[in-house]
Amino acid sequence: MTIADDPATTAPGYKWVGTRPIRPDGFEKVTGRARFGADLMLAGMLEGSVLRSPHAHARITSIDTTKAASIPGVKAIITGADFPEPAGNPTDQDMCRNAIARDKVLYEGHVVAAVAATSKRVANQALAAIEVTYEVLPHVMTVDEAMAPGAVLLHDNMITKGVDPAPTEPSNVASRVVYQRGELDKGFADADVVVERTFTTKPVHQGYIEPHAAVADTTPDGRSTVWCSSQGHFAMRAYSAKVLGWDPSRLKVIPAEIGGGFGGKTTIYLEPLAVRLSQKAGRPVRLVMGRDEVFKATGPASASKVKIKMGANKAGEITAAELWMAYEAGAYPGSAIGAGSMTALAPYNIPHFIIEGFDVVVNKPRVYSYRAPGAPQSAFAVESVVDELAHKLGIDPIDFRLKNAVEEGMQAPYGPKYQKIGFRETLEAIKNHPHYTAPLGPNQGRGVAAGFWFNAGMNSSAVVHVNEDGNVTVVTGSPDIGGSRASMALMAAEEFGIDYDRVRPLVADTEQVGFNDVTGGSRVTLATGAAVVEACRKVIADLRGRAAKTWDVPVEQVEWVDGQAQHVDGSQPPLSLAAIAKGWARTGGPISAAASLNARGVGAGFSTQIVDVEVDPDTGHTQVVRYTTAQDAGRAIHPSYVEGQLQGGVVQGIGWALNEEYVYRADGTMDNPSFLDYRIPVASDLPMIDAVIVEVPNPGHPYGVRGVGEVGIVPPLAAVANAVAAATGQRFTDLPLSPPRVLDGILNGTDAN
Amino acid sequence: MARRLINCTINGDPTDFLVEDGDSLLDALRNEVGLTGVKEGCGTGDCGACSVLLNDRVTCSCLVFAPEAEGATITTVEGLADGDHLHPLQECFLEGAALQCGVCTPGFLVAAKALLDHNPNPTETEVRFGLAGNLCRCTGYDKIVRAVLEAAAQMREANV
Repeated sequence: MTIADDPATTAPGYKWVGTRPIRPDGFEKVTGRARFGADLMLAGMLEGSVLRSPHAHARITSIDTTKAASIPGVKAIITGADFPEPAGNPTDQDMCRNAIARDKVLYEGHVVAAVAATSKRVANQALAAIEVTYEVLPHVMTVDEAMAPGAVLLHDNMITKGVDPAPTEPSNVASRVVYQRGELDKGFADADVVVERTFTTKPVHQGYIEPHAAVADTTPDGRSTVWCSSQGHFAMRAYSAKVLGWDPSRLKVIPAEIGGGFGGKTTIYLEPLAVRLSQKAGRPVRLVMGRDEVFKATGPASASKVKIKMGANKAGEITAAELWMAYEAGAYPGSAIGAGSMTALAPYNIPHFIIEGFDVVVNKPRVYSYRAPGAPQSAFAVESVVDELAHKLGIDPIDFRLKNAVEEGMQAPYGPKYQKIGFRETLEAIKNHPHYTAPLGPNQGRGVAAGFWFNAGMNSSAVVHVNEDGNVTVVTGSPDIGGSRASMALMAAEEFGIDYDRVRPLVADTEQVGFNDVTGGSRVTLATGAAVVEACRKVIADLRGRAAKTWDVPVEQVEWVDGQAQHVDGSQPPLSLAAIAKGWARTGGPISAAASLNARGVGAGFSTQIVDVEVDPDTGHTQVVRYTTAQDAGRAIHPSYVEGQLQGGVVQGIGWALNEEYVYRADGTMDNPSFLDYRIPVASDLPMIDAVIVEVPNPGHPYGVRGVGEVGIVPPLAAVANAVAAATGQRFTDLPLSPPRVLDGILNGTDAN
Repeated sequence: MARRLINCTINGDPTDFLVEDGDSLLDALRNEVGLTGVKEGCGTGDCGACSVLLNDRVTCSCLVFAPEAEGATITTVEGLADGDHLHPLQECFLEGAALQCGVCTPGFLVAAKALLDHNPNPTETEVRFGLAGNLCRCTGYDKIVRAVLEAAAQMREANV
């Protein structure tokens, strides 16, 4: 279902954009041919294993690898001593220390050493023979513990940034951010209703099904080729080089197919270890994580604590909001507290607010991006309170949001003015959807929530080649994580006016195409797509020139229509792409063009969602019985894969709301590092997810594209919690809404919060 | 460590390979036979990415010792298509965009084949429970369930 905004721009008569052909990489992926990170095998390849800290916080006093090295078949062992002293800015240095520990381990799973051997069994034997002595230190596991006076410090020299004057003593608070507008006292004085609550969420993992994997082949000339599954092989090259102390160009990174990432595969874990092991062993080395390693040592999303106070007047206008937010960073600074703060109030035009956010280190794995990083946690608090305000005022929750919704030209809480956005359209799409007025059954409740995400632009490169048969190859460097090859091919087919099947899109390695930033920030169809379109247009300009040369007419008299050059007055027989390609030797040689850009014109994304749940009053179990999401896609290039992004984001959000959490033992080790005990949604937990694509074209992109990957995960936490509140009469403020928690709330109330 | 020679039938072909007693069938299929379409997502039987048909039963190959394959008949994702003629499930997954990253897809296809072999006319609920042992983190399952229902309909029609 598509809702057109402006017929002048949404009905341009595209032939390919907006259709649903089979993805170009589909056949490989349904027949088992596609090669993911762990699937590569090279002649002479060794298998590696990684030794990880069993402690949440400890000083390494010694590492003895003598016994391990003497085991037959062990070819290389590395520790922190095999890497140069961390250099660069503080973030780079933290990345180096996170890749492999030096003096201290800061979380269970922190890398201590790694082994390459002739088999995985021998490598694991060697790991067991490495003797590490630790001085175990006290640990801090939550923002409350870490921010308490006298808390154990993870980093002895960390002075909180963003506080003026700067603190004189170190703490676990890495930084503070503040966003504000107006006069808070006046805003609350104007309010007729005020709601004040505290919300918490636990760490959750991106949960990609493919564990991290890397193969490295380091040659005696000091260069290394790395095959790995990531969201951006150029980033893998840059980050690995930093850890190794190399120039990036010494590394060639070849992208494997990627088995899910959701932000978690935008950084390095195994890559520099594999390179160094391969260098020491003189043979290729493969490292593959087990699922427990993925949970313990790769980036979950931050746990959060958000205190919020929000007021509104009887007219239904939000007058003031005050937020205090602390996000767990894990062992090194870098939570998405900035994005969480900036997005928190972004859907609403609020005259008076302050948002104060803190990035707090704890003895857990260093958090990493997870789909709209930082936004779901703050939206959980804001959208829960918005819901409560609407109910207290007796206003329909969609009408309340419409009353306060931001529009083009309004200033975002984080500074700039909104360009053309489709928030209101998503709210209206939900309000007008049959779901919104459908009757509910016993023990059922309905919740709505909205969400915002910036979307990103960043750097992309593309090369377009015309082949000798007149077909087209589109080369980019953006790993295809969910159908982007299809989007690139559709846009190229549209540009050339040729059939989709005549375009072959591929993802090239770091030496075969210009630089590309990661597949993240919902940016690929926008930014890499823009590079593809620009390269296509350069090629078409060239093709017109060749036709003009052939006909001996000025190029202005040649236009490109439906895959062929035509003379404006029809005086020449048209020249097809295939005909021009066939004769390229006579018109200037092979035909290709490249485009590189730092994408501008990013279009912000909004989503509004509605969910019905049924809560079992005897067990506290919550079943999602109906779900509808409406999201502004700008323009859906391949609607099926846009729907897929909407649906996937929603379901990850449902998992976050209902099931998922890291559970820690008292000693700071993780109690549930498996998919059995860390329960992501399965098919039988869910209904169909009705995905409504709203199209308010983004004027900043040739086809009106907005990023669609991320914003879908922002509303579900609150949408589900609002539905549970409606079903039970209790307002839950701590996630996940697991059966014991919900049952306790039903039996004893939740007002203790 | 001494290795043991295992003889079995994989995707219709008589196949032999050497394993250590502690090896999983998953490791043997991937590393000894070269069938890397069988994926490891967890190694503990929780994600279903390594699903194969072992004597016609859908099985997590990570939970089976490789020597247990002696004399068995095994089908992996590589054995679903008939030459270049895709299985209806494969066709419907492609047509229905039922994969995003594609790493869980081999396990889903194998599990769905087992489901339809036993129940050619499943309800949506039966498909959801039949595939509850397979994790997908990208799609939210919507398009997977639709693809399986569509494939079931096409297969019933073809068999009429």
